[in-house]
Amino acid sequence: MRRLRSIGAFWYDFVVGDDWRVAVVVVAVLALTALLVHAAGVNAWWLVPPCVLAALGWSLRRAVGRG
Amino acid sequence: MNALPLVLTVFVACAVEAVEALTIVLAAGLTREWRSTFQGMAAALAVLAVIVAALGPTVTLLPLTALRLVVGALLAIFGLQWLRKAVLRASGHKSLHDEASAYLREVTAAEAATEESRGRVHDWYAFTLAFKGVLLEGLEVVFIVITFGASQRDVGAAAIGAAAAVVVVAVTGVAVRAPLARVPENALKFAVGVMLTSFGMFWGAEGAGVSWPGGDAALLVLVPVVALVALGYTVLLRRPAGPAPVAAPESQEVPSS
Repeated sequence: MRRLRSIGAFWYDFVVGDDWRVAVVVVAVLALTALLVHAAGVNAWWLVPPCVLAALGWSLRRAVGRG
Repeated sequence: MNALPLVLTVFVACAVEAVEALTIVLAAGLTREWRSTFQGMAAALAVLAVIVAALGPTVTLLPLTALRLVVGALLAIFGLQWLRKAVLRASGHKSLHDEASAYLREVTAAEAATEESRGRVHDWYAFTLAFKGVLLEGLEVVFIVITFGASQRDVGAAAIGAAAAVVVVAVTGVAVRAPLARVPENALKFAVGVMLTSFGMFWGAEGAGVSWPGGDAALLVLVPVVALVALGYTVLLRRPAGPAPVAAPESQEVPSS
């Protein structure tokens, strides 16, 4: 059990890293994009870049604020 | 999409990881002994080969749309990690990665460790140091090769980029017999973070059903925009001149992107 937990922790750190909020934003924005495309028929190519880059800025601001 | 951007991105990303792995291998080999170091390297490469052999063909069997959605999300998250650290380093909020001091840290630890043999391995410390170093840095290479290769349905081209990077770094390392401290690692990491994030957003959105204006050519806009925004954040967050933060010893548990 402990080994499984440490493997899970390793992969979490490997992919998600220091700020899980960024990962949540990426997943949420892609889900919203899929919803807009498939449910509303909107080609929402413009949604992902600003949201992802804003998430980066938010994460950086939090990191600098901590330091 | 032309295979050239794919090969170049994988080459640069893998070169950065290979430089870090080389530092650890040199510290183990030059301070302890080469035989156990090579055994550790070989064991790590075998594990990495098994991972690629198991995951590569499986991943390419998935439908392209679903694959791009998952891979795009993972790449964007992974790339943002690189970019976040790169911006923090460039703006003075995190110490710059320095192969010379990383090498010194490893050498100091290696010199202090006691010698212990296990089975056919004469120096267990050199073996585990080389094994962990190559495996951890290699996992990032494998991740990039599989995600980029599978999304482009061209794992071969991605593997060529990665192999070329490893060969170039290994040959240079053998020639100079020292860590490659002159490689502009921090700038390369910034560039890799930009590429991973851009490709991640591009493929992720495509997987979600989006049609990018201009198709693949949208990347020619996306990459510079991500780079400019990241540079803008760096300027905005730049610290006034003063002592850089003290370098914390980097963990062996998680690779440092």
